[in-house]
Amino acid sequence: VPTRRAPTSFEEAAAILREAGAAGQAVRVVGGGSKPWGAPAAPPAHEVLTASLDQILEHNEGDLTAVLQAGVPLARAQEKFTAAGQMLALDPFLGPGREATIGGIIATADAGPLRHRYGSPRDLILGMTVALSDGTIARSGGKVIKNVAGYDLGKLFCGSLGTLGMILSVSVRLHPRPAHTVTTLGVAGEADLASRSARALAAAPLELEALDVAWRGGHGGLLARCGGVEAQARAQRVAALMREAGLARIEVVEEDDELWARQRAGQRSSLRALLKVAGRPSTLAQVLRAADAGGATVVGRAALGVCFLELDPDALAGVAERLPPDSRAVLLDAPTAAKESVEVWGPAPEARLHELMRQLKARFDPAHVCNPGVFVGGI
Amino acid sequence: MESGAELVRRLRGICGADHVLTHPDALATYRSDGLTQYRQTPLAAVLPGAAEEVQAVVRACFEAQVPWVARGSGTGLSGGALPVAEGVLIVLARLRRILAVQLEDSRVVVEPGVTNLAISKAVAPTHFYPPDPSSQIVCSIGGNVAENSGGAHCFKYGFTTTYVTGLEVVLSDGSMIELDRDAPGYDLLGAFVGSEGTLGVATKVALRVVPRPEAVQTVVAFFEDTGAAGSAVSAIVAAGMVPGAIEMMDRLSIQAAEQATHAGYRLDAGAALLVELDGPRDECRVRLGEVLRLCSDAGATHVWKAEDEAQRDLIWRARKAAFAAMGRIAPAYYVQDGVIPRTRLADVLRRIDELAAEYRLQVANVFHAGDGNLHPLVCYDASRAGEPERAEELAGLILKACVEAGGSITGEHGVGVDKKAYMPAMFSDSDLDAFQRLRCSFDPHGLANPGKVMPTPRLCGEVPGPYRQHPLERSGVATRF
Repeated sequence: VPTRRAPTSFEEAAAILREAGAAGQAVRVVGGGSKPWGAPAAPPAHEVLTASLDQILEHNEGDLTAVLQAGVPLARAQEKFTAAGQMLALDPFLGPGREATIGGIIATADAGPLRHRYGSPRDLILGMTVALSDGTIARSGGKVIKNVAGYDLGKLFCGSLGTLGMILSVSVRLHPRPAHTVTTLGVAGEADLASRSARALAAAPLELEALDVAWRGGHGGLLARCGGVEAQARAQRVAALMREAGLARIEVVEEDDELWARQRAGQRSSLRALLKVAGRPSTLAQVLRAADAGGATVVGRAALGVCFLELDPDALAGVAERLPPDSRAVLLDAPTAAKESVEVWGPAPEARLHELMRQLKARFDPAHVCNPGVFVGGI
Repeated sequence: MESGAELVRRLRGICGADHVLTHPDALATYRSDGLTQYRQTPLAAVLPGAAEEVQAVVRACFEAQVPWVARGSGTGLSGGALPVAEGVLIVLARLRRILAVQLEDSRVVVEPGVTNLAISKAVAPTHFYPPDPSSQIVCSIGGNVAENSGGAHCFKYGFTTTYVTGLEVVLSDGSMIELDRDAPGYDLLGAFVGSEGTLGVATKVALRVVPRPEAVQTVVAFFEDTGAAGSAVSAIVAAGMVPGAIEMMDRLSIQAAEQATHAGYRLDAGAALLVELDGPRDECRVRLGEVLRLCSDAGATHVWKAEDEAQRDLIWRARKAAFAAMGRIAPAYYVQDGVIPRTRLADVLRRIDELAAEYRLQVANVFHAGDGNLHPLVCYDASRAGEPERAEELAGLILKACVEAGGSITGEHGVGVDKKAYMPAMFSDSDLDAFQRLRCSFDPHGLANPGKVMPTPRLCGEVPGPYRQHPLERSGVATRF
């Protein structure tokens, strides 16, 4: 059983990492604990909880920026931003108790439907402070929305699953929260129609907040969310485009929060397996057919080529071999036995690329103690 | 280490004798980039014609342990493409093919020497490539990738890094890797974009393009001073708008730009605020009304709304000519690229005015007001004794004022050689050490664009090996303490 400590300062966190480094004992950083992702690895000797690093250090309303300690639950930060008519444009599933923290979301590069318009965590981070296993505390970037001074270490730590060091705080860009949102739905009875319609909507100059697909058993539809002062008028234009593309049962929904909550929840699976597939947007139909073959339920970003397939672990191999050849599949959620029987990250990176990643790991985590074994290629 | 002559012979074998320049006259073009006060003559400039030739050149440099610098169109404003003496300059101007246009995936794939504007042209009329540095007619996408270039529209649309989805990169040991935004693993793409040519050289670039907005509305509002214009910006942002562009010019830059272009800017104004709204037609129309009202509330004296594309061009021509037009005010200038939190604009402009008065120099201000990116132009006359030094010192103090206000020393031009001395004003030793860890992972021998970005030259240490537990420790016989 790992020891658990919850540092209350950056210095204390760095000291814990340094001690673990000196002792050569593995250490894992835990935020809300809602995303046990990565390859199965031996339990670490220590867990560092970010629970006591939970301060919103700055919310600069006029500059649309904020600085958050890693342990701040995203839901709490959003309440504060909402009060100012703003948002951090990140909306992944936050866990059953809405416990996901900003540090955990960044360490896993998790994103929800808003990725369509605003990008993923890497696109919203302005700066980051991290602790390394030799006790170093280092900062990169800044807290202004435009800045090219120094290397972009924030992006490097994004999605690194705690294998390079511990994220202590991040500064982020905020966006105005749209005053109104309206969602248009359209139904497709076969995959090519869904894919073709998604492309037509993606190519239209409508500035959609989100464009998602929901799919199961050869049947599903698209959800397009409009925001802004003229959202309702634009939703009607989306409806016309959907009709033209051949979608059926088109509907404009004003109270649309529940629809999107369902899309977010579809990105996780507590009992079955959850496979994240990223590829060319134009191969969406092939992904949907692969999902159908394995009895999977799909939600995804229709214009970005990112889909989340929930399926029985037994069906993984069959689905994987039907996916488009240039797509990448990562197994996020699955029972341990299922994770142990596959490469959760997919094929290992090409040799030189793999070597470069190992170099980075060795230089940022010289003691080789930060969450070892969970990442791509055994890192 | 082999001799320079031997390396040049190898380079000729790779690229052909015509594409390896060593004569001082031929090299004169390549001694500087857009920041001409820095000059250096390289051992040779090579113009490879294919990615494989770039790779062979880099490998030859690695084997000879000779440093190299990659150069696109040479429009950079931080000396990032300044050659290294006794090093090789790799000029990517011949790699200018558009390899694929895949609008069904909102994607283009190009070689690094393709110009920024050529990308938007390749996907017109339905799509465009948003980052638009003022040099977009000539600047290359490879250079944009190295510098993470911005432009007037990045407040709404983001930067080069927002749009790069894949790269083919030659590392300093001559190996070639593919980086893909969706591939599992560390975000090496994110680390590479904006690394100023110090991590390798991109030989192929995949970019996302977006649908061209349905409507564009451009207005210029004139104010008595920058303070009033600044409060209009704050009001627009507070109203929840993210305009495509918000640009501000002060009195001096208005006068220079208007004299150069006769666009129709008011010469009696103390500040001009250019606001461009783009997006869905209805949204633009409603928002334009709001912008006009907010400018008027903030004290706008006159408003010029572009009625057609020709007027929009005129409005932008004056803005984009502002740097070049400064020749009418002074024979030379330093352009700075500081960034501040937008809400500190009034304080920092006041500080710049004070400093200018103290140094007896004129400073013109042109800036991307939405994202707080200032381009103070410190004017001087090199023929007057001591003036260039005073100007340089003043420019440095302006950057320090930006950092003290919570900002940055560079928003889009890059650090290069020009601003590396100011890096310690923003970053501590351990921050810089973390940067070095990244750099050394990619280029442990320090051959790719050495002498840029970092304030002092550093060598890379050995990679620490993974910790191995001693058998005696494992058995509990010994510990490390």
